[in-house]
Parts: sequence; structure tokens; C-alpha cells
Amino acid sequence: MILPALFFYLFAAVCVASAVMVIVSRNPVHSVLFLILAFVNAAGLFILMGAEFLGMMLIVVYVGAVAVLFLFVIMMLDVDFVELREGFIQYLPIGIVIGGIFLFELLLVVGAWVINPQVTKTITAAIPTNVSNTEALGLVLYTKYIHYFQLAGMVLLVAMIGAIVLTLRHKANVKRQNINVQNARTPEMAMAMRKVASGQGLQDADAAEWVK
Amino acid sequence: MAEFFASSFWTGFLWPLIIMVAESLLLLVVLLIAIAYILLADRKIWAAVQIRRGPNVVGPFGLLQSFADLLKFVLKEPVIPSGSNKGVFLLAPLVSCILALAAWAVIPFDLGWVISDINVGILYIFAISSLSIYGIIMAGWSSNSKYPFLAALRSAAQMVSYEVSIGFVIITVLLCVGSLNLSAVVEAQNTRGLAHLIGLPQLTILNWYVWPLFPMFVVFYVSALAETNRPPFDLVEAESELVAGFMTEYGSTPYLLFMLGEYVAITTMCALASILFLGGWLPPVNLPPFTWIPGIVWFALKVFFMFFMFAMAKAIVPRYRYDQLMRLGWKVFLPLSLAMVVIVAGVLQFAGIAPK
Repeated sequence: MILPALFFYLFAAVCVASAVMVIVSRNPVHSVLFLILAFVNAAGLFILMGAEFLGMMLIVVYVGAVAVLFLFVIMMLDVDFVELREGFIQYLPIGIVIGGIFLFELLLVVGAWVINPQVTKTITAAIPTNVSNTEALGLVLYTKYIHYFQLAGMVLLVAMIGAIVLTLRHKANVKRQNINVQNARTPEMAMAMRKVASGQGLQDADAAEWVK
Repeated sequence: MAEFFASSFWTGFLWPLIIMVAESLLLLVVLLIAIAYILLADRKIWAAVQIRRGPNVVGPFGLLQSFADLLKFVLKEPVIPSGSNKGVFLLAPLVSCILALAAWAVIPFDLGWVISDINVGILYIFAISSLSIYGIIMAGWSSNSKYPFLAALRSAAQMVSYEVSIGFVIITVLLCVGSLNLSAVVEAQNTRGLAHLIGLPQLTILNWYVWPLFPMFVVFYVSALAETNRPPFDLVEAESELVAGFMTEYGSTPYLLFMLGEYVAITTMCALASILFLGGWLPPVNLPPFTWIPGIVWFALKVFFMFFMFAMAKAIVPRYRYDQLMRLGWKVFLPLSLAMVVIVAGVLQFAGIAPK
């Protein structure tokens, strides 16, 4: 039992430390990199709890795709550090309010747990041992919770359409490549063969057709 | 002392740890030596296509060229630009190299020859390969220079795009297998498939998923080229436009780590392709002359065959333009692989050959 405990404390400590560094570090890009470190360690915690599928999905979806685009945006921003400091006092009251609410909720959860240690067992079903993690998830996700699953898909689809509508613009003066037209081009469409009498060169009539 | 060896601390904790470390070290040494020769093979194949000799000076036939290059890189002075973000600048090559090596922990070389036979092996490789993008982004940003930054932006879009189609290709294979374990993927190609359907179970080569899922094999091959930034999709380091891309400011050992990470990632993709589509360690025919050869040899041959195809693509195909790359990823591969997921699932379900 030494090894899981060791890894738990390693992942948990790095996770909390990097979460603190997200707030503390001065450079926003460093903040995002620490956020990614926190994600990876959270995935490690998931795997320790036996939820290996969730852990891998956290890395594939959040770290591999979402955080990449997040980092992408943060890198492109022209952040003024002096301006950030100015906003600190202005946003302090609302920050304290949100922090207070979180603290209150955490205390509620921990309080219930202290009063009745059995309470955590009532909300979680035991992980079945005879099927693998992925299979267990699939068995309920596509049967019992199919409507929620479909609903989540619809929400994502709407969000995707919204993003495309916001950004898609067809500028008239931009030259675009039409691969089908290019592939359908034959030598006859692109070239004209002319027999040129020697010493005379192309006649004006030929040249006119040639230019066209 | 005898007491200590009988204790639970030794049998349950320390001895497995020693075994694990020894296995990992052995794998790393073998892998890195193999990479040294794969790198040489890449240059030799490239040279042969262009009717050149390639590296042929260091050692017989240039066999020691990679080791000479290693010495050259290690002995050079690492230059860190004064305007760079030093911590991230030095972390980036480490990230890309270590992540690439970490993927090999779950690759099965033969029946049971795997360091960590986890249930979600294929998801692990997918996760690791999606993380490898951070090495490039961090390098591009921390260099504080225009060309590396442009390369980082390109790579972020390119690798995220092609991960989507690789994911769907993997799903089609998983539908046929019914497990996320890589050893189970290979074993499924031994015990069922086309050869069993036509009544010739000895002909394992027909069981391999490369035949029923051939379009997906092609999509996987091209996406793997794009995912590892290999030519013809090496827009991340397009030297005619971006000097050397994200590696412009790097030299010496940090550059070596990038190069090593790149080739390890390529080999990982080759290994993944041979496990998913070419039957991993299985011999092509399950009869004596072929079964005498150990599985690891078949596995190595298949990985090298895939690498040969990667090297030939580098030698003969001209580089894609960026909009063509995006068009191929989103408008060709995504609909194709999505349709194949539906078709494969439908065929398996209605023909009644789906894994239980």
C-alpha cells in the first residue's frame, strides 16, 4: 500500500501547488502551462482511483485540445501587465464574494462528511469489478443516459455552428483554389496547337485567339 | 539478510520496482540504438531515391554516422537567446523527447513482452501523442522570435486537426476488436477475421485489419505523417518559409532532443500502425517455417516496413501548402473516417460478427 499512497501525495501536492501557481505567476502563458500541469496531475489522481478511462479522456480532450487552443489565444494576446495590476483593486470585492461562496460550500460538504462519515457512500455506486472501466461507462452511457448524451452532443453542435457563423466570411477579393476545376482541366482547355510558317511568326489573328 | 529477502517489503515492493526499472532501461537502450539506425536508414533511403550515396564516411557504409552526430551535438555549446524565456526554452525539448519515449511503455513487442499492459493502452498512446504538441508550442513561444512563433501557431492547428481523424481511425479498429488493450488488438487479429470467415484459419495475413479497413489504413498513414510533422506535411519547419521553424533558435543538445523526440514519435506511429493494421507480432502464415521466427522479429520487420513507407513519402512527395493541408484534414479525412465509423459499426452489428 506504500506505492499508491506515495503517488497520491505526489499527484495531489503537485496539483495543488500548480493550481496556486496559476494564480500567482506573473506571466499569463506560465499560468496556462501550470494549469496544464494541474490537469495532468488530476488525470493521475483519476487513474489512482481506478477511473483510468476518465483520466485518459481528461488528457486527450482538455490537455490535448482545449488547453492547446487556450494557450494559442493567450500567446497571441498583447497583455499589458501594468493594466492588470490596476484592475486588481477594482475586482477585489467580487473576488472576495466568489471566494467566500466557494469556501462556504466546501465547509458544507466537509461538515456533512465530519458529522456522518457514511454520507459519501450513499451518493456513489461501487465500481463493478468484473467489467473494465471503459465497458462499465459504455454500458450506462448509451442505455440509461442516452438522452443526456444526445443532449450534450446537441449543445456542442449548436456551439460549433455558432462559432462558424461568427467567424465565416467570404471576402470577394480573395483568390481561392478550386481543386475540382483544376483536376477537370484537360490539355485542350489550356493549350492551343498552331502550325507556324517559318520566317513569319504568329499572325495577328492567331495571337488574338491565343490571348483569349 | 535472508529475512529481508523474505519480507513483504522486498517481494511486494522493492523487487517488482527493480524489475520495472530494469525493463524500462533495457527498452530505452534498445529503442535508442534502433532509432540511431532508423535515422541512418532514413538518410540512406532519401539519398538512394535521389541517386546519391548518403552518409558513407563514418564507419563501414556510414554505420556509425548517427553516433558521430550525437557526439557533435553534445559537444557543441548550447546557445540560449537573451530575449528568450529561459525556463520554458529549456523545458520544451525535454517535454517533446520524454513524452515521445513514454509512449513506448505500452507497446507490446511480442506476446507478453510489454512493460505496462494497461486496459486503456491505445488511449494512453493517443493521449501522449496529443501532448507532444506542447514541446513545439513551448519552443515556439519561448524563443521570442518571429519564425518559431509562426511555426508554433501552424503546428497547433495542424496537429489538433489530424488528431481528430487518427481518433476516428482508431475507433474503427476498436469496433472490430472490442477492447482498448493493445495486446488484445493483436490477439483479435490472430483468432478471428477474414481468414476465419473464409475457412482458412492458418492464413493469418488475411485476418489483419489492413484488408477489411484498407481506406482507414491509408487515412491513418497520411494522418500519422501529419501528426509527426513529417514531409510532405512538415510545414512546422518549412525551411523555405520559416528558416527551421520552432527549432530556429535551438542548437546543440536541446536540438538533438527535438530531433530524437521527432524520430521516436515517428517510430511510435509505425509501431501503432503495425499493431492496429498489420497484426503486430503475428507471422503472416501460421505454419512452421514462419512460426519458427520469433514474434519480435515480425514486429520489427513490420515497424521497419512502415518506416520505409514514411521515408519514401519524404523522398518523393512535394510539401503541401497550408490551406491544402487543412482542406485534406477537415474536408476529406474527417467525413471519410466519420462515415467509416458508421459503416463499420453497421456492418459488424447487422452481419452479427461484432465482438461481444
